[in-house]
Amino acid sequence: MIQVNNLSKTYNNGVKVLNITNLDIPKGQSFGLVGNNGAGKTTFFSLLLDLIQPSTGFIKNNSIQVNLSEAWKPFTAAFIDESFLIGYLTAEEYFYFIGDLRNQNKADVDALLAKHEEFFNGEILKSKKYLRDLSKGNMKKVGIIAALIGNPEVVIFDEPFANLDPTTVNRLKKIIKELSENPEVTVLVSSHDLVHTVEVCNRIVALNKGEIVKDIETSPETLKELEAFFAV
Amino acid sequence: MFKHFIMLEWKAFLRSASLGTNIAMKIFMGFFAVYFMVIFIAAGVGAFYILKEEGYEPLATVNKFMIYYLFADLLIRYFLQKMPVLNIKPLLTLPIKRNTIVHFTLGKTALSFFNWSHALFFIPFSIVLLLNGYNTINVVLWHLGMMSLFYLNNFINVLINNKNSVFYSVIAVVGGFGLAHYYELFDVTTYTQPFFQAMYETFFVFLIPMILVAATYYFAFNYFKSNLNLDEGLATKSDIAKTQNFTFLDQFGTLGTFLKNDIRLLLRNKRSKTTLIMSFLFIFYGLLFFTNSIEAYQSPMFQIFAGIFVSGGFLFTFGQFVPSWDSAYYQLMMSQNIQYREYISSKWWLMVIGTLISTILASFYLFFGLHTYLLIVCGAIFNIGVNSHLVMLGGAFVKTPIDLTTGKGAFGDKQAFNFKTMLIAIPKMLFPMALYAIGNYFFSQNIGLLFVALAGIIGFAFRNYVFNQIEKIYKREKYATIAAYKQKN
Repeated sequence: MIQVNNLSKTYNNGVKVLNITNLDIPKGQSFGLVGNNGAGKTTFFSLLLDLIQPSTGFIKNNSIQVNLSEAWKPFTAAFIDESFLIGYLTAEEYFYFIGDLRNQNKADVDALLAKHEEFFNGEILKSKKYLRDLSKGNMKKVGIIAALIGNPEVVIFDEPFANLDPTTVNRLKKIIKELSENPEVTVLVSSHDLVHTVEVCNRIVALNKGEIVKDIETSPETLKELEAFFAV
Repeated sequence: MFKHFIMLEWKAFLRSASLGTNIAMKIFMGFFAVYFMVIFIAAGVGAFYILKEEGYEPLATVNKFMIYYLFADLLIRYFLQKMPVLNIKPLLTLPIKRNTIVHFTLGKTALSFFNWSHALFFIPFSIVLLLNGYNTINVVLWHLGMMSLFYLNNFINVLINNKNSVFYSVIAVVGGFGLAHYYELFDVTTYTQPFFQAMYETFFVFLIPMILVAATYYFAFNYFKSNLNLDEGLATKSDIAKTQNFTFLDQFGTLGTFLKNDIRLLLRNKRSKTTLIMSFLFIFYGLLFFTNSIEAYQSPMFQIFAGIFVSGGFLFTFGQFVPSWDSAYYQLMMSQNIQYREYISSKWWLMVIGTLISTILASFYLFFGLHTYLLIVCGAIFNIGVNSHLVMLGGAFVKTPIDLTTGKGAFGDKQAFNFKTMLIAIPKMLFPMALYAIGNYFFSQNIGLLFVALAGIIGFAFRNYVFNQIEKIYKREKYATIAAYKQKN
């Protein structure tokens, strides 16, 4: 589904923050990206969403080269950070707005929201708050569910587990597992948390200073292997 | 301790986003600042002689209008001078006495531009008084009293900050006095003038404002100290939100989706509300021209200039920042399935609606005759047909993120300055002025109007072409725009 070819990103000051020669993520895979701060996780996702320009190489999403055509947008959804939220809308308005852009009517969106009512824990819908006034964790919940609107085939979450309470983390894991059970949906998740990532992903790639240093299929030994790798 | 604070302030100043703009901008701003200082100083020096020439006693006249000056100052402060409470937060958990923090915060407001700028007028004015044989001690006392009054305003503003009800009632009363004065019903200055005059004539009246400054400082200090908690004084207010679906816009498809959002954008953010208020004020700008109160404004060219401004207030203030209005969530917009065309036309329609509303509201200009209102209507046609395109073309080059939650920066500050936008801005005004002048000179007023309106209609025909160009700019500048919007102030 996603092919990466000779991709690199170098900033003006000459620092190379990402360098991936070859990476192939097949359709239906749930793909975990782990690494320390500055490893290049967010850079990779930003390149995948064509928010920054690659210095060399390219990414193809469903055979569409993302920096040349916009045809990948209808089937790709992402939540990177709060800048994906529109602060002056209520949660409902935001969901319907995204729904409109993804050709979903109000009933479709309502059905999705009803399904994830538990995830919101009663703090989001009808909360009489604009998104800008929500707590960091609640903002994240809104962004994550909004990314599921319109049944996207590629779903990208950057650090979805950060800032969430333990109960919500477990509910989120359930949601991601459910997504990855669908053979049509490719899920990409980045995280600092090895345990969570191992639990929800069937393939894990570790980045260090922009380079792929590990690429493993998840197995009972994976966690140990990763922990050994990141041990000080 | 204060040494540390001062260091912090100095760094905050040097590293602020507004100072970090390019060197050309700094020079421009420097010139601007010097220009205003010179104007103030010149006014201070000139006021004396001008008033004398007109046959007034200068000091008494200044004292007479002092009451309005002070309230105008308070008004400006209320809107523009912000309390620097946010930078206090990191200090709260450090081992610093609360009293020190509060003293410092209040003391900092005393150094504000809003206080010392008045000295630029009053120091030269006082010097001129001395040169003209006014008693030295009395002038010094008067001067001290005056400066104290501005500090009094400073601390009053601290106390009434964000208390709209208090503020608006004061403004209503003073505004009422002003009107009553103008229509010679009741002159409040006959009661206030002796007080200001007494600061010159007696040795003790100047102490009254000084005592009041001390008192307001004391109150402000206590008020702040008791509110120095994250959940009270330092809490950010959050509004009670209600969902508005504007379902009637659904029939317009994606265009409707964007329009809905833009309407919410306008209604729910401080910055955009300021824009709305300004556009409303623009409607009355024409009064300066059509009441013949300023001589230079009576030439036909300036009449159409007024027509453009009266109907185009919203178009200019909103349009120049498209697409920066969406800067906070531009990454979202760029990764969604969005057609640029729909996005641009939504903004365009919003400007058209704004222009139409302004034109309808401006119908009271019919009072000045049909021709005056026709000037505005033709201005509106030109705005819709030509200026809406130019404004958006200029906006496409503005890459400054907008912080929707503060009212700051709405007054066309450095954000709008950019060589390309300036270049695009020129024809917005000059072109219709020239057209009208030509028509008026060779034929008649009505032909002049017809020319302007026709130009608007012709411009309208180029809509698709212009939209394509804007779309191209958006696409070409995409990465640069995203990167620029990421930089928070």
